[in-house]
Amino acid sequence: MRKFLSSAAIAVVMMAGLGGAQAADVKEVQMLHWWTSGGEAAALNVLKQDLSKEGFAWKDVPVAGGGGDAAMTALKAMVAAGTYPTASQMLGYTVLDYAQAGVMGDLTETAKKEGWDKSVPAALQKFSVYDGKWVAAPVNVHSVNWLWINKAVMDKIGGTQPKSFDELIALLDKAKAAGVIPLALGGQNWQEATMFDSIVLSTGGPEFYKKAFNDLDEESLKSDTMKKSFDNLATIIKYVDPNFSGRDWNLATAMVIKGDALVQVMGDWAKGEFVAAKKKPDTDFLCYRFPGTEGSVVYNSDMFGMFNVPDDRKAAQVALATATLSKSFQSAFNVVKGSVPARTDVPDTDFDACGKKGIADLKAANEGGTLFGSLAQGYGAPPAIANAYKDVVSKFVHGQIKTSDEAVKQLVQAIDDAR
Amino acid sequence: MSTVATTDPVLTPAQSTPISLRGRLQDALPKIVLAPSFVITLVFVYGFIVWTAYLSFTNSKTFPSYALTGARAYQRLWRWTFESDPPSSWYTSITNMAIFGFLYVGICLALGLFLAILLDQKIRGEGILRPIFLYPMALSFIVTGVAWKWFLDPGLGLEQTLHHFGWTSFHFDWIKNKDFVIYTVVIAGVWQASGFVMAMFLAGLRGIDGEIMKAAQIDGASAFQLYRRIVIPLLRPIFLSAFIVLAHMAIKSYDLVVALTSGGPGGSAWLPSNFMYEYTFKRNEMAVGSASAIIMLMTISAIIVPYLYSELKEKAR
Repeated sequence: MRKFLSSAAIAVVMMAGLGGAQAADVKEVQMLHWWTSGGEAAALNVLKQDLSKEGFAWKDVPVAGGGGDAAMTALKAMVAAGTYPTASQMLGYTVLDYAQAGVMGDLTETAKKEGWDKSVPAALQKFSVYDGKWVAAPVNVHSVNWLWINKAVMDKIGGTQPKSFDELIALLDKAKAAGVIPLALGGQNWQEATMFDSIVLSTGGPEFYKKAFNDLDEESLKSDTMKKSFDNLATIIKYVDPNFSGRDWNLATAMVIKGDALVQVMGDWAKGEFVAAKKKPDTDFLCYRFPGTEGSVVYNSDMFGMFNVPDDRKAAQVALATATLSKSFQSAFNVVKGSVPARTDVPDTDFDACGKKGIADLKAANEGGTLFGSLAQGYGAPPAIANAYKDVVSKFVHGQIKTSDEAVKQLVQAIDDAR
Repeated sequence: MSTVATTDPVLTPAQSTPISLRGRLQDALPKIVLAPSFVITLVFVYGFIVWTAYLSFTNSKTFPSYALTGARAYQRLWRWTFESDPPSSWYTSITNMAIFGFLYVGICLALGLFLAILLDQKIRGEGILRPIFLYPMALSFIVTGVAWKWFLDPGLGLEQTLHHFGWTSFHFDWIKNKDFVIYTVVIAGVWQASGFVMAMFLAGLRGIDGEIMKAAQIDGASAFQLYRRIVIPLLRPIFLSAFIVLAHMAIKSYDLVVALTSGGPGGSAWLPSNFMYEYTFKRNEMAVGSASAIIMLMTISAIIVPYLYSELKEKAR
C-alpha cells in the first residue's frame, strides 16, 4: 500500500502529459531527454536515424530546460509510477541513485560483447557501472573548463590567448573599453556554478580541485584558496552585463556568436550552438582552455540510463545501447554536439580543431590522472550536495552573500547539511 | 433528506416491501453517488497530508524512505532562519510570503473596492469597462508571468522602450534586482486579480438596499460619508470572501514566480511553495521539502481555522 501511495502521490504531483509515452511496443525506443536547443536536437537526430535503419521507432519524451531539472522531475514521477522509459538522459550521481533504488536494467552482456570496459575511461565507468553491472551507456564526454571567444571581436580589440587569470581580466578590460559586453553569462545557478568550477581549478590547481570538489575535504573547502576563488569570481562577475539574471545558456552563447559579447565560459556544448550557426573554429570563433587549467579536464558525461524494462522491450534497449556506443555514432554525434566521444578509441578525423583538441586533452587527462568530475554538473558529488553548492555560488554572484569569508562558511555548512 | 419512506422497518410495519426497498434505495442513492468522491478526497487530500507529515520525520532523499529519524528536517529549516546572515532560502521564502501576501491582498482589496465604487457611479459604458477590468482573471498565472517578464525586462520591455523614445535616464530593473524582485511579483499578481475583486465588490454594492442610501442622503450625508459610514460596513461579508479568495491564491502562488522570475536572482523571489517543490523534486531532499509543506499547512490552518470557527459560530446562533 505504501508503495502504491507513494507512486500515486508523485504521479498526481507530476501532471506532465507523459501518459502517451507508455504504450509498450517492441519496435519502439522511448527516450527521455532535455536536448531541445538547436545543436542538441541536431545531434540527437543522428541516433534517431541510426535506429530507424534497424527498424526501431523513436519516441521522444522531451522536457525543455537546459539544466535538465524538469526532465529529472518527470523521470522521477515515471519511475515511481513504474512506467519506465527505455532509456533516459542522465548525469552522474543520478544514475547511481536510480541504480541503488533498483530500477536500472542490466547491459553487462552487451557490454562484454562490445568490449566497453576497455574503451570507456575508468572515470566514466564509475558512473555507468553499478555493482558490477552496466546500467548506463555513456554518450559523450563534455568538459566545462573552456573559453568560447568571438574571433572578430577578439581581432577588433587586439586580444591574444590569456594564459593566466590576470591576463583574462586584462582581456575583459580591453573588451569593456571597446564597448563590447566582455563576458556573456546566463544568470541561472548551474551556469554560474559551472563557471566557478573553472575558476576553482584555475585558482587552486588540479590537486585542490579534486580534494575540495570530488572528495569534499572540509579543510580544502574552507581554505584560503577557496576564499581566493570566490574573490576571483567576484572580480570576473563585474564584466557581465547587468541584464544577465535568468538568461538561458544558449542565449548567452548567441551573444558571443553575434559579437555582442566577447567570451563565454561554458561547457563544450556551447560549440554545438556555434556549429549550428554555421560558424567555424579558428575563423569565426576561438576555443581556449580556461586560463590556468590547461592539462586538466573537468568533465561531465551524458549517459543514457537504461531502465529495467519488461522483456518485450529489451531488444529495443539493447539496440539503443549498441547504437549509442558504436564508433560511427560516437563520432557523428559528438561532431555535431560539440563534445568528445566516450570511447577513447574513436578516430578524431571528422572533428574540427576544437574537437581534436578536446579528444587529445581527454586522453592526456585520463592518463595523467587530471580528469575530474564537475561538481556543478553533478559529477563531483550527489545531487543534494551539488545543489547546495550551486545555491551558495548563485547567492554570492547575486549579492545575497557579500564576502568570500561568508561564502566559504556557507559552502561548508550547506554541504554538511546535504550530506 | 426529505424522502417519505423511512428506513426503520419497526416504525413502518404497514408499508409493503417493494416501496420500502425503493425508499431505501432513494435514501442511499446520494450516499452511493458521493462515496467515490468522498473516498478519493479522503485518500488524495487527507491521506497524503498524513503521508507528507510522516515523510517530514524521515530521512527521505530522492525517494521516500520510511525510517523515522526525528525532527531533523524541521531543525534544518529553522536553524537556517535564525542563524544565517545572508538569508537562507527558507528565510527568503517566508519573508517573501509575508511581503507578497500583505501587499497582494491589501492592494487588491483597496484597488478592487476603489474601481467598484467608481464603476458604481452609473457611468456610461460600464458594460464595456467591467469585462475589461475582469479579463486578466481569465489568463493563467503562467501567461501573466511571461507577459510581465517581457514587459519588465530592462533589455526588452518598458525601460528599453522609454530609452528608445529618448528618456534615457529612465531606470527600472526590479525584475533583475534581488531586493525588489518580489515586488514585481506583487505588481503582476495585483494586475491579475484586482479586476476580479472589483467584480465581487460591484456585486455587493448592487445588493445594497437603495432605501438606506436614500434615507442617508435625505439626512444630509455626503457621498464620502455615505460610503465610509454605510456602504463599506455593509460590504463586510464581501471583504471576508475576497480576503479568503486572495489569501489562498497568495499562499498557493508558485507558477507566477516561476514564469515571471524563474526564481529570481539567486533564488530571491522564492515563495514557500517554490522552496517545497525545489527541495522535494529537484534537490532530492524530500524530508526537508515535506517539512516545509507541513509548516505551510500549519500557517494556512492558523488563518483559516479561526475564520471558519467564527463563521460557524455565527451561523449556529
